[in-house]
Amino acid sequence: MAAAVETLPAPASLQSVDQVEVEDRARLFASRSIKRAAKLWALELAVRCTDLTSLEGADTPGRTATLCAKALRPDPEDEAVPPVAAVCVYPAQVGEAATRLRGSPVRVAAVATGFPSGQMPRELKIAEAAEVARIADEIDMVMDRGAFLSGRYDAVQEEIAQVKAAIGDRHLKVILETGELGGYDQVRHASWLAMAAGADFIKTSTGKIQPAATLPVAVVMLEAIRDYAWSTGRAVGFKAAGGIRTARQAIGYLVAVNETLGDEWLTPERFRLGASSLLNDVLMQRAKERSGAYQSADDFSQA
Amino acid sequence: MPTSPPTTSARPEPGTGAGPVPAAARVGDGPRRGGTSASAASAPAAARASAFVYAPAPEATDHLRLRDRYPLFIGGRFQPPAAGVHRPTINPATEEMLAEVAEADAEDVDRAVSAARRAFPGWSRLPGARRARHLFRLARLVQERSRELAVVETLDGGKPIRESRDVDIPLVAQHLFYHAGWADKLPLAFPGARPQPLGVCGQVIPWNFPLLMLAWKIAPALATGNTVVLKPAETTPLTAMLFAEICQQAELPDGVVNLVTGGPDTGRALVAHPGVAKVAFTGSTAVGKQIQRSLAGSGTALTLELGGKAAHVVFDDAPLDQAVEGVVNGIYFNQGHVCCAGSRLLVQESIAEPFLRRLTERVGRLRVGNPLDKNTDVGAINSREQLERITELVASGVAQGARLFQPACELPGRGFWFRPSLFTEVSPSHRIAREEIFGPVLAVMTFRTPEEAVERANNTRYGLSAGVWTTKGSRILWMAQRMRAGVVWANTFNRFDPAAPFGGFRESGFGREGGPQGLRGYVELR
Repeated sequence: MAAAVETLPAPASLQSVDQVEVEDRARLFASRSIKRAAKLWALELAVRCTDLTSLEGADTPGRTATLCAKALRPDPEDEAVPPVAAVCVYPAQVGEAATRLRGSPVRVAAVATGFPSGQMPRELKIAEAAEVARIADEIDMVMDRGAFLSGRYDAVQEEIAQVKAAIGDRHLKVILETGELGGYDQVRHASWLAMAAGADFIKTSTGKIQPAATLPVAVVMLEAIRDYAWSTGRAVGFKAAGGIRTARQAIGYLVAVNETLGDEWLTPERFRLGASSLLNDVLMQRAKERSGAYQSADDFSQA
Repeated sequence: MPTSPPTTSARPEPGTGAGPVPAAARVGDGPRRGGTSASAASAPAAARASAFVYAPAPEATDHLRLRDRYPLFIGGRFQPPAAGVHRPTINPATEEMLAEVAEADAEDVDRAVSAARRAFPGWSRLPGARRARHLFRLARLVQERSRELAVVETLDGGKPIRESRDVDIPLVAQHLFYHAGWADKLPLAFPGARPQPLGVCGQVIPWNFPLLMLAWKIAPALATGNTVVLKPAETTPLTAMLFAEICQQAELPDGVVNLVTGGPDTGRALVAHPGVAKVAFTGSTAVGKQIQRSLAGSGTALTLELGGKAAHVVFDDAPLDQAVEGVVNGIYFNQGHVCCAGSRLLVQESIAEPFLRRLTERVGRLRVGNPLDKNTDVGAINSREQLERITELVASGVAQGARLFQPACELPGRGFWFRPSLFTEVSPSHRIAREEIFGPVLAVMTFRTPEEAVERANNTRYGLSAGVWTTKGSRILWMAQRMRAGVVWANTFNRFDPAAPFGGFRESGFGREGGPQGLRGYVELR
């Protein structure tokens, strides 16, 4: 790929973000009126881009098996509903997930590096990532916020690069945990650090911290991704995760991606929605759009 | 109801034309959103199909009950015009007639002013708290009927429903609420003086924010105890007529608000009427000058809110993407039919390239089309006349050597439309950099130092508004002190608040609207 380099005035990572205007922009995306054919198209895409997630202390092989079944066949009543992009679980559940998903297009994603806090010695984080990477297709690592917030940006990048090296050709998603970073400027900065250190995806949140994913944060990250692509030629993906429960929210993210990055990012290769309860709302909206009437929540299988 | 033109997303054709977009815009893997550079002669390339096509989402209009014909509103009653003349008002997005509206002549204006004079003693002696009650009632009724008002505003004027729904009508209610609050507190606005109302106010408003301008005029006049004869713009009278119904619903005393529709002759008759104690005009600088000339020596009080050619200054430390939003909002909001529109972009030369790349790409994503569609960003040009003026000025820009960028987007076949446009390589002497275009046309220039930015920003006959984008607080203050403009927005643009005074310097007029300062134009201090 030709690397065309754009010059930015300050280091691009340090470009600041204006809170008022970025929140305004997000409001516009959220208020786009997506109806009928456009809505069906968006809902189907939302299913294909979902990382169906369960990250609980109470997860068991049985629970993981149920999750995988749901991932493969989100709507047992409707064959037209495609499988989701991936199943996202804790390292201990990766084996079960891989068994259940073998031979299917659904990928296995595992959180790693001391998820969710990342407060663990680096060698253990790298060892953990390397271990799960033997089975999982995708690794969702958490950025070292402790290092970021204390200004040790080199350490943040070094760790990401080491994890990347440890997992070989596996896909690396870096969770920024934007709710802990303190502002949009920091979100932009962290996005840049992660991308420059080799992230294949940047991801908003663990889902364990409030606020989790928000649309303005997504806009900031998407703009950083666009700038990074412009200045290096490398396309990094975006994953929104945490607190996304309704189809309407999901469509808001799709609109933001569409109007910030464009078609090329509207694919599971470059866009993911990490969620657990979202899927059934999407299916319910989809069924409503097709039949004209809402169905009971019990008409949709649990994950 | 009128048929709806389709909404099309203005997608620039990637990889064509040089334009102000650097070659890096067309890297294989990056977001491939270039732009087309087109002269007025060659039409922009066809829009590119997108995977995510937003289905039409038009606001419903079946709840509307428009009359076929609107008479004048005088003395609390709808009255036919003396000469019986009516003119059609059309939907600029379809050119279809919406209703016929009365054309008031001198006799009608005289009747309206007489009605306002008769109402004045009672209204001005009413305790402030009672006047406040009437204003509160008007404000609440505007809120109750907001959907209807927004739809009619969009049908009659061509602005996107998103703007009439989210900006115009809520601000109308806010202005009425705000001034209701002042009605019983006037002495607090003028410590040590006794503010007295002036009498009958003759008010003439433009077509860009029909109901909002009505509220800006009527709310302070009524709060201070004046009565009003207002002439809505010729092309956008309908929401004013709905407001007349609201005045009746609110049981506003007869004659306190009178509405005379019509063209320039009606306006002249109103402004020149000897029974009018104060004239308030918002509109073009040329007409404003005529009014000022005609009132010279008459003793009639006057405030003018006229044109503008606002500078939007973007420094190298600005948050680029948000500054782009501000610039887009500054010039393409309401199709650029905004007196305070940021029509001159001054961008620091060191960031001109990355900034323009973002700007052109963003302009390429504007959705132009059916104003009633909830996803439309840029609606129809208000009238054929205005479209011709914009077209002529843009042609002059091309002829004088500036470089035109327009995104590729399909425009509906009927109605009045103009692509969101921006010019680069503009010199300060070009007509497009000096004259108010009042359309979606941005003139981009560069500067090197803050001093030069101030110099360029002030190099205009106008002085209504200005914008600064920088993350340095000290520089915001430094710029605000030096730019000759009634409003200076910092890291935002086109934000309106009834508590903030709005008005101009030099050929942008005099007098303020909004805030305690805005009350000053409607009182005499004793």
